[in-house]
Amino acid sequence: MTWNTPDDRRYTETDEWVMLADDNATVGITDYAQDQLSDIVYVELPAVGETFKQDDIIATVESVKAAADVHIPVSGTVTAANRTLEDEPEIVNSGPYGEAWFIKLTPSNPVEIDGLMDSEAYARYSAARED
Amino acid sequence: MLTECGVESIEDFFDIIPEQHRFPEMDLPEPLSEMEVLRELQELSESNAEASHHPCFLGAGAYNHYLPSLIDHMLLRGEFMTAYTPYQPEVSQGTLQTLFEYQSMICALTGMEVANASHYDGATSTAEAVIMAINQFRGRRAKIILSPTLHPQYRHVVRTYTQGMGLTILGDDDPAADLDDIIAELDDETALLIMQYPNFLGELEDMEGLQTAVHDVGALLCVVANPIAMGMFKTPGEYGADIVVGEGQPLGIPMSYGGPYLGFFATREKYVRKMAGRLVGETVDANGQRGYVLTLTPREQHIRRDKATSNICTNQGLMVTAAAIYLSVMGKQGLRKVAELCYHKAHYAADCIETLPGFSVRREKPFFHEFALRCPAPVADINTTLFDDYGLIGGYDLGQDYGHLENHMLVAVTEMITREDIDCLAEALRAYT
Repeated sequence: MTWNTPDDRRYTETDEWVMLADDNATVGITDYAQDQLSDIVYVELPAVGETFKQDDIIATVESVKAAADVHIPVSGTVTAANRTLEDEPEIVNSGPYGEAWFIKLTPSNPVEIDGLMDSEAYARYSAARED
Repeated sequence: MLTECGVESIEDFFDIIPEQHRFPEMDLPEPLSEMEVLRELQELSESNAEASHHPCFLGAGAYNHYLPSLIDHMLLRGEFMTAYTPYQPEVSQGTLQTLFEYQSMICALTGMEVANASHYDGATSTAEAVIMAINQFRGRRAKIILSPTLHPQYRHVVRTYTQGMGLTILGDDDPAADLDDIIAELDDETALLIMQYPNFLGELEDMEGLQTAVHDVGALLCVVANPIAMGMFKTPGEYGADIVVGEGQPLGIPMSYGGPYLGFFATREKYVRKMAGRLVGETVDANGQRGYVLTLTPREQHIRRDKATSNICTNQGLMVTAAAIYLSVMGKQGLRKVAELCYHKAHYAADCIETLPGFSVRREKPFFHEFALRCPAPVADINTTLFDDYGLIGGYDLGQDYGHLENHMLVAVTEMITREDIDCLAEALRAYT
């Protein structure tokens, strides 16, 4: 089994992705994460304006078989939360890297991103866990 | 099997227990026949003094209300009277509908939007409110403010339930602190403020402005309410409470030595994912017909595991059924009538006793069916006289929990107390003037 891991972003060991563009970062969960969780039925998001440190819990995802915490890949302040997920959580299954982004934030320490995995490393990391 | 285990007899398994403790001398009386046992137990039970035989002025969290005979008539039916609450929708539509109706009535009573299918009792419901608030803030706020006039035992249970969670629980250090004092403790670290309505001393605190103060710092407000009082007073929901919990015992459940009771729990819809306990929802089946099922179960421990708000999903199914029957029998008007009877009788009692020299009623705030009575002698002494000489069960000794209320008796008056009982109490207290 292989999962989609686009090379325009970075990945965490807890299966979130982050994509940096200028002063803004977008965060979501990976294809591997949505596949492991199976049908997602509920997403709880943080409030805009909340500030988090790297690895803090920012959201919760519930599927028909599990509940999982979503950690923030880099420290920062939330500038937007994808409210569509509250009404249509199933889009996390169909488009984890696109329309189903979780939050946008202004990173307070953008160099943190350099410590995260690139797409190749994350693909190996995911595959290794399947064995 | 014994051979397989490598022993000769079942007794060999108990070798590890020291010989002298293995088969101790029990010093039991000779065996009795069923008839003799029944007689002995009967005699034992008759040595109890019950509220059914003695006018009871003791409340402090458990109240002697009238139990319509319809409650037992319905409750003891085999379909309800089971040791375990059955949740399979295929076979349990009656039970599930009863739970659903109970939840709906608790919402109406408290002025809230969602209610669960109950916790053990008022104290554990209150503790679950604390855990829910902590979860709501994902642990980013860890301060809990308790009003000192929240039931002392509830405050103990909150502390027991949450030990090890790293919470700061304060507000009740000074037993004489009032609502303004605890409002002053609010800050942006505060997750929850809990107050009781009517409070432990029977008083109705001024609720105006409370929700604004709590919500201004982004905290949640939990009100511990007496369900009978909700029959005549403005609901905590109208005062902006985020969580309303309380003891359901006054709703058709006998006092029976402190349990089993019923903890009700209601909140706002926006917090439904964070609430603990079972939740029954209404839906339609494959044929489009109305049906009831457990709902929002991913909140619970079998899916959410360590991330669940609570790992207790036990409810008081039978007590819930009793409360649902009670509320259905009484109806809105009936419940209001019970509340009014309690209120007027309690005020008649306070007016009578207050005329006695040496006695005074705390009247800084309005009260419902319970009031703090300052006495000219220790409450324990007075209670002994009341019981031994007049057959009355006296009130709660407030000095046990509130240093500044030494020689204060908490007197509860429900609809079960007659005018003669009150006159008898006043006459009995006259001996102390």
